[in-house]
Amino acid sequence: MDPELKQKIQGMIDSERVVLFMKGNKMFPQCGFSARVVQILKETGTTFKDVNVLTDPTVREGIKQYSDWPTIPQLYVAGQFIGGCDIITDLFEKGELQTLLAS
Amino acid sequence: MLDPEDIKRRLLAAFPDAAITLSDLTGTSDHYEATIVSTAFAGHSLVAQHQMVYRALGNAMSGPIHALALKTRTPTKA
Repeated sequence: MDPELKQKIQGMIDSERVVLFMKGNKMFPQCGFSARVVQILKETGTTFKDVNVLTDPTVREGIKQYSDWPTIPQLYVAGQFIGGCDIITDLFEKGELQTLLAS
Repeated sequence: MLDPEDIKRRLLAAFPDAAITLSDLTGTSDHYEATIVSTAFAGHSLVAQHQMVYRALGNAMSGPIHALALKTRTPTKA
């Protein structure tokens, strides 16, 4: 992976505790899966930073290389990749997401 | 677009013991929902389990499939 791009993405991931790479932004999600994760995060009352991958094609592709994960949205907590929409939904329904966010 | 039989074939090649349900969410062969139950997932995190599935599908995720909603599980005892 291009070292400059990796550094740029690393910087975004480290910039806040909870970072969501998504399509659109938290006010106006542009994909159903991204919208669902935004909704879940709002329900947990968590502050999070949104990164709209639609505005930057290099970030859109770079984040997939970085996490070895082919889809958007991608949620990072304290620098760690937690998952996409399915996993976040699963963790939320089991109560594990709330625990993770609170720890 | 990718044929559902093609998807199942790739999944069964990677997870020979798997019980797979696959549904086309939009009727356009590019938005799917899959449930895969296999012993291969045992001991792996959800992220790792899904990464195993993505790897099994190979190049399908970088074009032909736009969305794949995944549920991965290990078999529960009867």
